[in-house]
Amino acid sequence: MSKWHFITDGFVKNNPTFVLVLGMCPTLATTTSAINGLEMGLATMFVLILSNIVISLIAPKVPDKVRIPVYITVIATFVTVLQLLMQAYTPAAYETLGLFIPLIVVNCIVLGRAEGFANKHGVGESALDGIGVGLGFTASLTVIGLVREILGSGSAFGWKFIPGDGILAFVMAPGAFLVLGFLMVLFNKYLAKK
Amino acid sequence: MEYFLIIVSAIFVNNILLAQFLGICPFLGVSSRLSTATGMSGAVCFVITLATVVTYLLNQYVLVPLGLTFLQTISFILVIAALVQMVEIILKKISPSLYQALGIFLPLITTNCAVLGVAITVVTKDFAFGGAAPHMLNLGQATVYALATSLGYGLAMCLFAGLREHLAGCDVPKAFRGLPIALITVGIMALAFLGFSGIV
Amino acid sequence: MAAASTLKNMTLCLTLVCLICAAVVGVAYAVTKEPIDAAAQAKTTASIARVLPEFTATPQEGSIRVGQADYKYYKVDGAGYAIISSTSGFGGLLTLMVGVTGDGKVCNTTVLSHSETPGLGAKCATDERFLSQFRGFDPAAKTLAVRKDGGDLDAITASTITSRAYALAVANAVEVFNQLNKGGQGDE
Repeated sequence: MSKWHFITDGFVKNNPTFVLVLGMCPTLATTTSAINGLEMGLATMFVLILSNIVISLIAPKVPDKVRIPVYITVIATFVTVLQLLMQAYTPAAYETLGLFIPLIVVNCIVLGRAEGFANKHGVGESALDGIGVGLGFTASLTVIGLVREILGSGSAFGWKFIPGDGILAFVMAPGAFLVLGFLMVLFNKYLAKK
Repeated sequence: MEYFLIIVSAIFVNNILLAQFLGICPFLGVSSRLSTATGMSGAVCFVITLATVVTYLLNQYVLVPLGLTFLQTISFILVIAALVQMVEIILKKISPSLYQALGIFLPLITTNCAVLGVAITVVTKDFAFGGAAPHMLNLGQATVYALATSLGYGLAMCLFAGLREHLAGCDVPKAFRGLPIALITVGIMALAFLGFSGIV
Repeated sequence: MAAASTLKNMTLCLTLVCLICAAVVGVAYAVTKEPIDAAAQAKTTASIARVLPEFTATPQEGSIRVGQADYKYYKVDGAGYAIISSTSGFGGLLTLMVGVTGDGKVCNTTVLSHSETPGLGAKCATDERFLSQFRGFDPAAKTLAVRKDGGDLDAITASTITSRAYALAVANAVEVFNQLNKGGQGDE
């Protein structure tokens, strides 16, 4: 099935963080640890897949002039459902991610893929694209979170292997920008080599 | 006195861009020239303040009394989308040149995390300034908070635009050119703003 | 490929979308209401269990106004009061739950939320040396303040402001306890 490339594309060619440079706000804010990054990525992927599917289904029927408000409403619906589900079943993650769960609505990735892909492709491809970009986003967030966690708290996925504190600047605001900047350099170099 | 503390806190201590990470996408996209940066900041300032006031009232007089707070996300974003549409129409009539200069970025204010972020923060978070008991903001405080937050946004953006204009003439290593060096610059700015913590 | 953008189409489409979305959200809300309440209840009960000695009674919620602020508390028959107290920390609001037993002594404290600096003030939630000072603290015998302010508490190194805020929150909670004991229950 040649459609699987939709998934692999999301990791490298269309990597939302390092290539498309979308969804920066949650990337910087929620990557204080690998687990937080992972949780945020998965939450976004949930909304991304569902909204891609629904929007690819209704796109032909939606008049052009109102398509953006309609897409936003659909995305907001799924985000609200996600909020309620997380509040009920994963309260710890809900509290850690806090404000950034409702902010998935304005995550440029979700609206960007809806507008740029889902409304022009079929359901199957849109779903795969949602999975691919979602996984790419999750992977990027987890990697950034892991680097910040190792440097900033001396632990990885919650398992502390350096006693005491790390370089605290990395779990605070400046660290987010610096780690993202340097990782982007590495990613660009890797892309240039291919 | 509390208003003063709200303003200082919103602009410096908890700068929306450098400490709260809201509004990053347009920040990285529009800030390569000082002139576009100032125009964008002005538009964002207007939208944030207006949106906060409207969503605050919506929350207080419709959502809370009817027990519909779970509709906050949906209703707030729709209000913001409508407001931005209105601003676009008004701006096109009043100042076509500014409208042209802002181009695609004007409708993009709808998806600016800062607008929705401030709107939600104001109705959900308890604030405690200068030893006062923790409480939710009233309409006046919320408006001042929104105004001050967007001033902080503008400040960070203009500072950054100035730095970027300067960077454009520097000899940057190839792999760092463009976004990476911009991000590292913002990181150092954020480090500087960390020095404000603890003031209020 | 999209439908024509006539006024009728647009209005119809928007209305339909809004109705369906509202319905979906409504269903989700109805389904998750109970688990959400249960999760919140479990969290509160867990916090109360941390700050008071073992109990079997159901905590009763209450609220009382002391000074300028409203304080929420839980009365547990046979154990004492668990009082929620907030103060201004270094980076933002510091909210504690303080358990005070019938004899007026602080049983234990736990942090409900904070925005303190990681590695410095954030230690108020984890530093054993700092927290153990509050266990069994007798406000009648010792003063609830850091040594710098003439009290009997050791602050966290390099985090005086957070430590002060913590001590103040506990002191406020003790004051609330005194009020509750003195004048009977506050408004329910």
